[in-house]
Amino acid sequence: MKYLCLVYYDEKKMQQLSQQDWDTLNRECIECVEGLTQGGHFLDGAPLLSTDTATTLRMRDNKPLITDGPFAETKEQLAGFYMLEARDMNEAIRLAEKIPPARYGCVEIRPVRELLGQDNNR
Amino acid sequence: MKSLSVEQRITTIYTNESRRVLATLIRLLQGNFDLAEEAMQDAFVAALAQWQRDGVPDNPRAWLISTGRFKAIDRIRKNTSQDHHLQAFAHTLSAELATELPDDDDAIEDDRLRLIFTCCHPSLAMEARIALTLREVCGLTTEAIAAAFLVPVPTLAQRIVRAKNKIRDAVIPYDVPEPEQLPKRLEAVLPVIYLVFNEGYSASSGGKVVQRDLSAEAIRLGRLLSDLLPHADADGLLALMLLHDARRAGRTNANGDLIPLEEQDRSLWNRAQIREGCELVVQALKAGPPGIYTLQASIAAVHAEAPSAKETDWAEITGLYDILLRINPSPVVQLNRAAALAMRDGPEAGLEAIDKLMGLKNLKHYYLLYAARADLFRRMGLSQEATCCYQQALDLTQQEPERRFLQQRLSTLQNN
Repeated sequence: MKYLCLVYYDEKKMQQLSQQDWDTLNRECIECVEGLTQGGHFLDGAPLLSTDTATTLRMRDNKPLITDGPFAETKEQLAGFYMLEARDMNEAIRLAEKIPPARYGCVEIRPVRELLGQDNNR
Repeated sequence: MKSLSVEQRITTIYTNESRRVLATLIRLLQGNFDLAEEAMQDAFVAALAQWQRDGVPDNPRAWLISTGRFKAIDRIRKNTSQDHHLQAFAHTLSAELATELPDDDDAIEDDRLRLIFTCCHPSLAMEARIALTLREVCGLTTEAIAAAFLVPVPTLAQRIVRAKNKIRDAVIPYDVPEPEQLPKRLEAVLPVIYLVFNEGYSASSGGKVVQRDLSAEAIRLGRLLSDLLPHADADGLLALMLLHDARRAGRTNANGDLIPLEEQDRSLWNRAQIREGCELVVQALKAGPPGIYTLQASIAAVHAEAPSAKETDWAEITGLYDILLRINPSPVVQLNRAAALAMRDGPEAGLEAIDKLMGLKNLKHYYLLYAARADLFRRMGLSQEATCCYQQALDLTQQEPERRFLQQRLSTLQNN
């Protein structure tokens, strides 16, 4: 079973971390990925640049509508993702507990669905 | 006559065993709640035909579980959608048929615990956990749960469907949590058990205030948890339920009418159960800072040990409510504190505290708010105000014994 773990935190707060603390956090993330990989749980993942760099695209009447920034103003912003392989939700929760930025913001754990030719799950 | 008696026996077996049968079938059917429920219903239908012909088997529960498993496979095979996953599932299940089904009580109780922890999984919203547990673990009807939580039946039904879908789609496992996760997971279980107890202690609708089986079931669940998991507030919860339940015989008269605490014949209270409850309270209080159930049990213990309402240590009770409010600032606790305050400092003080709660949305349809207010007006000799509040309370409750009690108070007021 695949679970996508979406990492959210308050970017403004994270900006206030010292370079040293920020680097420490990033090193922890590298270790976390190594651990998850060794356990056979890490499928993919990446940290994201801040929402300052985001562009939102909407296709309307076959025309692109392009705006600056993320699609919604929220208190916490998407900061990265981990695609994990886990037996069930309990295992996914235990794995996600190890994601270092979870102690600053939150991790949303979402089961992944399969794209099918028909009878797709909603 | 003979066929009627088999039917009656099946009804009894359904009441006593259907939840255990369901809990085990869900495990055997790999967490498929809906299939397990259908299979269980199929098994009972089959029992109705076969047991009338052949008699009730020695171990009806084992028969129902085994039959349920066959019925589940039948159901999948008859499903013409040609869903490969489903057909593969049927194949796996058929292969497992060769394995002997353990039917010792321990295995069955483990399944009940699995069902409890799955229904109370923290990934589910609290209201979904409560609804699902009452429906699946306790077998309450959707209507009774809806009435208990003051929500429309379709809303409640949808809540249960969504919770089951989430369990299936997000793959919430049918398991008892690992030891290191148990305390945290228990916090999601305790309120559910207490609500089941309350449903049994004062049924949400209908004529009987005491659905003894349901309270007994909650106490049994409480004991099971308390035995299995060393956790102070689980003991506190068990104590609370035992102490409330101990007053049962004094709570209603022969007609089933409610008797308020201050008028109860305390010699009818179950002293052995009070002793057990008080010992559990002491034990839970020793374990560290008290949780919400231990505090409520402490309050119940003060009541249970007092010789009369007048000689109750109301200052102690008010103080305990103050601590409880700090960790659980709920409007219902505030209302109870106001009632205790009225006993400590007089009805005027209680009324002042209650009036502050009148605007709260959660209490707008809570009949006890109006009943408590009415009672204070009555004690202050303001019969017109009391009458108006009793009427409001009466309009808000569906419980027959509560209605009779309020009606009685109302006619006493009017006759004076």
